[in-house]
Amino acid sequence: MISWPNLVSQLFNGLALGALLALISSGLTIIYGTLGVLNLAHGAMFMIGGYAGFVAYQYTESFVLAVIAGSLFVMLLGVLMERVIIRHFYHRPHEDQLLVTFGLGICFVELVRLIFSSQSQLVPPPALFQGITNLGFMFYPTYRLAVVGIVAVALGALFIILYRTRLGMIVRAGIEDSVMVDSLGINVYRVFMVVFGIGAMAAGFAGIINAPVVSLTPGIGDDILVQTFVVVVIGGVGSFPGAILGGLIAGEIISVTSMFNPGYAYVMLFAVMTLVLVVRPHGLLGVQGRE
Amino acid sequence: MLKQRPFLIETLTAIGLIVAPFVLPHLGFAPNTVNRILVWGLFGLGFDILFGFTGLLSFGQSAFYGTGGFVAAYLLTRAGFGNVLGALIIGMIAAAATGYLVGLIALRRTGIYFAMITVAIAQVFFFVEFNPLSDFTGGENGLPGVPTPSFNLGFTTIHFSNGWSLYQFIALCYLVGVIIALRIVRSPVGAILSAIRDNPLRATAVGHNIHGYKLTAFVIAAAYAGFAGGLLGVLQAFMPPDAFTFETSGQLVMQTAIGGRGTLFGPLVGAAVWLFLQDFLQAALGLGAAWKLVLGVVFVLLVCFLRGGIVGGIADLYRLASGKRKRTEAETEQEAADAAATQQPAPAPMQAKEVEHPAYSGPILKATSLTKRYGGLVANSDIDFSVNQGELRGIIGPNGAGKSTFFKMLTCEIAPTSGRIVFEGRDITGLKVTEVCQLGLTKSYQVNQLFTGLTVRQNLTIAALAELRGKFRLDLFRKLSGVKGLTEQVEHTLALVNLTRRADTPVSELAYGEKRRLEIGLALATSPRLLLLDEPLAGMSPRERVETVKLLKSIARGRTMIIIDHDMDSLFELVERVTVLQEGRVLVSGTPEEIKTNAAVQEAYLGGVHGEIAA
Repeated sequence: MISWPNLVSQLFNGLALGALLALISSGLTIIYGTLGVLNLAHGAMFMIGGYAGFVAYQYTESFVLAVIAGSLFVMLLGVLMERVIIRHFYHRPHEDQLLVTFGLGICFVELVRLIFSSQSQLVPPPALFQGITNLGFMFYPTYRLAVVGIVAVALGALFIILYRTRLGMIVRAGIEDSVMVDSLGINVYRVFMVVFGIGAMAAGFAGIINAPVVSLTPGIGDDILVQTFVVVVIGGVGSFPGAILGGLIAGEIISVTSMFNPGYAYVMLFAVMTLVLVVRPHGLLGVQGRE
Repeated sequence: MLKQRPFLIETLTAIGLIVAPFVLPHLGFAPNTVNRILVWGLFGLGFDILFGFTGLLSFGQSAFYGTGGFVAAYLLTRAGFGNVLGALIIGMIAAAATGYLVGLIALRRTGIYFAMITVAIAQVFFFVEFNPLSDFTGGENGLPGVPTPSFNLGFTTIHFSNGWSLYQFIALCYLVGVIIALRIVRSPVGAILSAIRDNPLRATAVGHNIHGYKLTAFVIAAAYAGFAGGLLGVLQAFMPPDAFTFETSGQLVMQTAIGGRGTLFGPLVGAAVWLFLQDFLQAALGLGAAWKLVLGVVFVLLVCFLRGGIVGGIADLYRLASGKRKRTEAETEQEAADAAATQQPAPAPMQAKEVEHPAYSGPILKATSLTKRYGGLVANSDIDFSVNQGELRGIIGPNGAGKSTFFKMLTCEIAPTSGRIVFEGRDITGLKVTEVCQLGLTKSYQVNQLFTGLTVRQNLTIAALAELRGKFRLDLFRKLSGVKGLTEQVEHTLALVNLTRRADTPVSELAYGEKRRLEIGLALATSPRLLLLDEPLAGMSPRERVETVKLLKSIARGRTMIIIDHDMDSLFELVERVTVLQEGRVLVSGTPEEIKTNAAVQEAYLGGVHGEIAA
């Protein structure tokens, strides 16, 4: 039987998951939109963000420092990955880009498994957000509410970078037409590096924010990666608003379906994705032409 | 390499499979490992047709592997079905049917979208197996008790129980799989699949329904996966639920890339390397769980530095060793041929396609108030244009006059914003470029659109196949040489565009002028009645221009042509009438003489807003 408090609580869960998915997908989508590379190691970035934060937390016992360290570490890893490997793949076929990022993702996951073992690790939520909150009509874990707020701030920051800065203007122009941007005398390769770093950081940040909600395992990014794909297909590749809309839709579908039967969460998600593909092949907010 | 001698590869495979049980144990392979490698190899045969040959990278093959496996295992265990081979085939059909439905959705998009959608779909299958269908699939317990095959021959019963005995059965399945895969790859469909990987745009433009062929490749891959999945259950006497995991798909992709894509045997080699290293690293080196990290690093390095994988690398080495000698021979031969070519008589003109309604005698092409708008930008506005049967028409105009846009609309590559196009009395507005080409209207491109990974002959074969076989046909088991009239048409086109000597040269090694001629040849090989040529002379040297003009004159016999070019002298020599476009409108039409002296044309080129000078 559906009970109202249960439904509302699942809607809140969906919002938290959706916000996280929106943030991760934004990272994936701006990397793809700008560089033309679909990063299959993006799920691993999410996972590494969590583990990097976990290590920082072990040393400092400060959640804030853990978040900062986790995000920065993943950003550096992203920059390094772009400099050393990805940039040699800009002029190779899409398949090769998919293969190499897929391989890198596996290397990251296995490396983490080697260091931390497959056992799950725990990061407690910060003291400020521990416990539960009385929303008047129901009780809800405080940290999950906080996640929505924190991610909203992060998305806002990403929005400002994309829509209010010179870099953001170049990135958005690059998504439209990267050849044109290149011929305007802008060093696109430096922009690519920065974008890859920011995109990876978005996933890493989400990884550490998510860590107190679920325990960390090396395989945590795999599921997230698949969900991110669905988000991007629903929202439209290369579209930042599309990633946010798609993320929220996907988060709610997963949570609400799970209330009835978790086994059908993916089926529903997939059904919606198919529907979008049939009705609007380029995604809800996607633009035609970018493939 | 695949077509030197008939049945060479099939025979070698059979020998290899017979010899394997005598050799491999000495190399430390247990029979069970060899059987596993064969199952992966069979799984990979289909995947390689999809990925290596067609260029569609799917990360969702586990869906079909699992479907075939569980259907077969369910029949053999819970449903009490006794015939193992029958169950495997039913599983294969179920997987192929599933592949058809999934393909309809996944192939709506290409490139990375396709990859993402396949991942998502495979994940759905995984969850469906675990939850809604767990009554049938045993959920996380899988289906234990899958029997091994036995065949009653009347006087005796052959039972393939386990180890090397079961190997015989699996090896036989693999051999049949290889034979079928080779037939498919060598069939007209196989040729078109590699054309799709190489240049989908041109494959469409020469008149192939590439969506249909992609779906075919997808279903073939699913069928192979389904059969291999069934064999996995037989091999283990247990159908494991992890056949459905993303890791299965990932392992297949990695093994194929390690072994070498587009080689059919790459997945087998990749699987051998994978399983051998897994055993070796875990047992001999005591690396424990780190083996997968090592394999991951090996994989990344291979993708970075050895694109063709192990088999591709060996093939490259072989070519390097044997290629030098051949090249010097070829060069002397070529010089001799070059000298001879100048004296050769011109080949007979090529016949255009038979006219469908011979009674029709009006203009071959008629466009009425054709307009194309891109947002606020009007590329073409209100163009009325008519060409008579057998006419040779030129189109000129300054850069940005909308000439190429106009051509793209005429061949239905882009849809006009408004207006109508009538070809031989038939309204073709809104048709697809493939259908229009099949009707007998095609064009050569301003920027070369060739199948760069293929040879000259293969290029022309692709185009000729479209004309001889129609836009879609499933002759999967026909030999390429069995297509009636194909050799003649390809040879004839080769002679016509003067590329006979270069027939077996890869396009990437052609000189620019030769590529340009091949570009025209591709359009010509579809036997169009109306041929549009978008700047056929662009970028050519004066000598090449003279030759190409001669070529154009010879192909103009018996067909209608419309030519865009900036080379006025050549164009005026060639055509009967000229239409001048300016800023998306028809400025004037007339004979070359009239155009030369027309004041408005001179204004358009020399004075006015553009200030451009004609080439």
